[in-house]
Amino acid sequence: MFRVARLIAAKDLRVELRSRVVTNQVLPFAAIVMVMFAFALNSDAVVSRVAPGLVWLATLFSLLILVQRSFAIENADGATDALRAAGVDPSGIFLGKAMALAVQLAVLELVLLVSAVVLYSTELRVGGIVLLLVTFVAATVGLALVGTLYGGLAGGVRGRETLLPLLLLPVVAPVLIGATRATESALGTGGATVADGWPWVGLLAVFVALFSVGGTLAFGPLIEE
Amino acid sequence: MATPDIETSATAASTRAGTGTTFTRFVGLATIVGMIALGVFGLLLSPADVQQSDSVRILYIHVGTVWIAYVAFAVTALSSAAYLWKRTTSLTWDRLAGASAEIGVLFMALTLLAGSLWGRLSWGKFWVWDARVTSTAFMFVTYVGYLAVRGLGGSHQQRARRSAVVALLAVLEIPLVHFSVKLWRGLHQDSSVADRTHVNLHGLMLFSLFISLIAFTLLYVWLLMHRQRVLAMQDAIDNTGLDYALQQRRDEGDL
Repeated sequence: MFRVARLIAAKDLRVELRSRVVTNQVLPFAAIVMVMFAFALNSDAVVSRVAPGLVWLATLFSLLILVQRSFAIENADGATDALRAAGVDPSGIFLGKAMALAVQLAVLELVLLVSAVVLYSTELRVGGIVLLLVTFVAATVGLALVGTLYGGLAGGVRGRETLLPLLLLPVVAPVLIGATRATESALGTGGATVADGWPWVGLLAVFVALFSVGGTLAFGPLIEE
Repeated sequence: MATPDIETSATAASTRAGTGTTFTRFVGLATIVGMIALGVFGLLLSPADVQQSDSVRILYIHVGTVWIAYVAFAVTALSSAAYLWKRTTSLTWDRLAGASAEIGVLFMALTLLAGSLWGRLSWGKFWVWDARVTSTAFMFVTYVGYLAVRGLGGSHQQRARRSAVVALLAVLEIPLVHFSVKLWRGLHQDSSVADRTHVNLHGLMLFSLFISLIAFTLLYVWLLMHRQRVLAMQDAIDNTGLDYALQQRRDEGDL
């Protein structure tokens, strides 16, 4: 299962490296969303107060695009059907695609964080670096898992991309809540202390645990048709 | 033209003229009696609340509808599990899950509507960011999504399997959303809604609430039986339509 997962992940990342869709389209999209937030909120004080939330909102919007992209390359020439016909373990496909998605998300989040520092004058503090790092890893893995799970469901049916946001956004609400609060603590936004952040990381960890098991079990029946 | 063969999987439903039976008519009558009783007790006999005056009467609807929504979603989850479990797999479970979820979504919408009207009268706001209110809204959206998944198309078995898995994932998701929203609110808000809206229920008020639960449960059972049979008929129409088309192609070949 893990060998399959590594192969699938390597394949997805190679496709992305060569097509450059993520670097040329998704990253600029995420950056422009960050600029748009500043236009909408129109106040330096407000923007720097809500910066962690905006980073994670922009991540969620970009997640929708990344997930659709991830399954568009599978369905374009019937690759999923071919994988299934070849008897490839669906759990391996699930974990592999989730790993590739996590790597892409991590790059995206790094760009968003840097743009928050530049655009919203967010300041990183040394004491919060560990919390920030753990939060980003846990949230990224969680988002990649549910994104792949529901992406597989919506992506398997042609012309039903509109369904993905409806299914995915309610599910990732705990990640948005947990990751935003933990990031606020790590950055000290609104006077939050680093210690306040760790319970939220616990919430993210529970999310990751539940959906790594649930996703591995459910992905097979969802894509087998 | 030859008569098309009718496939057997939903034949029982396809040969019946309507969705009513003696039992559904009995439940339907009982529902009407229950609803009239609820109207009489809820609007006329039960007293107005000391603090909330007449707006407390909205609760006789609100509690009944939210109860049914929870029951309906529980039935959807159990039926979905029954479909996925190999020894009990049957499209009847799938249709039961679908019918129940439709009713649940309807009653959840009514719950949110009645709740926000009551909130406007009692708190001056249609919406408060209370944990229970917020996670109820999430539950509503989750099952709207479930119904959308049911409408994706494909064969009946594909629909059944796909939606059963989604229904079970919802069971995983809902407690997590509720828990996280609760944590989120817990750190921001001093008093919870439960404290502010404490109602001393006694006598006729409590009795009216019981009538509400009974009347709405009867309504749910009645709707569920009919809806489940309508879904069976729709599946039967799909099957018949396919057989009919096949038969026509065969007839063309014979010419």
